[in-house]
Amino acid sequence: MEEKDIEKELPAPHYSLLVKKIKDRFGGAILETTVFRGEVTHVVEKGALVEICRFLKQEPDLQFKFLSDVLGVDCRKSLACFEVVYHLYSIPNKNRLRIKVRVRENEAVPSVTPVWRSADFAERETFDMFGIVFNGHPNLKRIYMPLDWEGYPLRKDYPLTGYKDQYNPFGVEKV
Amino acid sequence: MEDIVSIASNNGEDIITKEVTLNMGPQHPSTHGVMHLVLRMQGEKIVKAEPDIGFLHRGMEKIAENLLYSQFVPYTDRLDYLSSMTNNLSYVMAVEKLIGLDIPERGKYIRVITSELSRISSHLLAVGAWGLDLGAVTLVLYAFREREMILDLFEMLCGARLTYNYMKIGGVRGDLPSGFKEKCRDFVQIFPKRVDEYEQLLTGNRIWLQRNKGVGVISAEDAVDLGLTGPSLRGSGVKWDIRKDTPYLVYDRFDFKVPAGGNGDCFDRYMVRVEEMRQASRIIAQALEQMPEGPVNADVPEFVSPPRRDITTNMEALIHHFKLISHGFKVPKGEVYSSIEAPKGELGFYIVSDGSERPFRVKIRAPSFVNLQSVDPMSRGAYFADVVAVISSLDPVFGEVDK
Repeated sequence: MEEKDIEKELPAPHYSLLVKKIKDRFGGAILETTVFRGEVTHVVEKGALVEICRFLKQEPDLQFKFLSDVLGVDCRKSLACFEVVYHLYSIPNKNRLRIKVRVRENEAVPSVTPVWRSADFAERETFDMFGIVFNGHPNLKRIYMPLDWEGYPLRKDYPLTGYKDQYNPFGVEKV
Repeated sequence: MEDIVSIASNNGEDIITKEVTLNMGPQHPSTHGVMHLVLRMQGEKIVKAEPDIGFLHRGMEKIAENLLYSQFVPYTDRLDYLSSMTNNLSYVMAVEKLIGLDIPERGKYIRVITSELSRISSHLLAVGAWGLDLGAVTLVLYAFREREMILDLFEMLCGARLTYNYMKIGGVRGDLPSGFKEKCRDFVQIFPKRVDEYEQLLTGNRIWLQRNKGVGVISAEDAVDLGLTGPSLRGSGVKWDIRKDTPYLVYDRFDFKVPAGGNGDCFDRYMVRVEEMRQASRIIAQALEQMPEGPVNADVPEFVSPPRRDITTNMEALIHHFKLISHGFKVPKGEVYSSIEAPKGELGFYIVSDGSERPFRVKIRAPSFVNLQSVDPMSRGAYFADVVAVISSLDPVFGEVDK
């Protein structure tokens, strides 16, 4: 989105706080910013993720001390990568922010567990469902599926009925 | 090793025995479902409590990607099945935000009334089962007496007592039936007295106090860091309630308080739930008073079917309805996150749309799942019996944890 379009979409205090302030500080590391239905999304460089998160948490104006969720999206068809999405909330300021990183298959993302402990289960879930590895996570293992499960269920190429095996006669034959 | 020494020390004397691993669940009466806790223990004290979940995993998010937007509503009933109304609400609000749909006033009031009734019934079960777990068996019988009244109201409304599927995109499935308002008003009138009864049984009870006061303590800072939400967070003194801070529907028009505790122990979480039940019945009373007449569904033919009586009498309306049900509707390309204050905490739906009739990705931010991370920090160093109180005080529901 163009800078002036973003400015038009948002109330002035939100724009200066959630867009301008962050862009001024991390200009090059913010790859893309979009606003949809009043929600601000920053796509950020993978290498700068933890530094940006720490800034968002500790900066006295922003105070994004609450990490609501971490999740993956399989965009391999359109963008040739996965997206990892972080939903942040600031309890004193009452505003939300979305941070995204793009990661190719077989690449790892730095874990944000040192910044927010609540990322623990959410990152494990993302690993379990998409196979995205979080570097530095203290206990990265499957959380829903059995530990010896093969494949990552929420990837778009994983069949809805699963793969055929001795327990699942209705699954899809593995190629 | 330092951990172990510090928790097992007794008046400066370190007592270290062989560490024992105990499996609590998945079939255990006080784990509130199919939760498996792996407890590492030194004598009676907990060194580490690791939740092992996923026994009820059904892949809701994968299912959602293969359904029309409106077809996913009944699946949300099966998330937190003790409070299906709020799950419906959170999902349909996310879709409505995505397509930019506003619903009529009366529809909003009905949504508020039903979700507050849902909150009461969920808290009743939470407190009742909690009492049951800690040996106060009477309370659950009292709580079910009132829960039954709420379920009767819901049965009047939509015919179901557990999985309501009452909210739909663009409104609710039907207007309030005749007699509902009066019955609901009667309930709101007697309910605060019933809450006093529960409090008489528990709040001053010495056993209840000893089992809950100072147990499972978590500081406000830790609670936020661990992602706790809902009554469990407010028990630690953080006054964050989505209904108050970023009001949705018509919550900004009601006078209600957000209760909060001070110590962050199990007892505070109990008191917050009890007070929330009182506040919820106040909200319902005000909503019944203020509720205007008028339509309950948005009049947007692109997304919402015509009223039921037109479908049975008018051919065009029937075709329209059939088209919406079988083909669905196209949703603008984009992504939204919408969350509400569910009885257990922040229940959010993140939906990515690629412009087609089916969601590209649906992510459910389930409060019970995130809250479960606190079991370990809350029960470290406590006695084994305290783990039962800690789990009850977080009130996890496994339909939601495992999705």
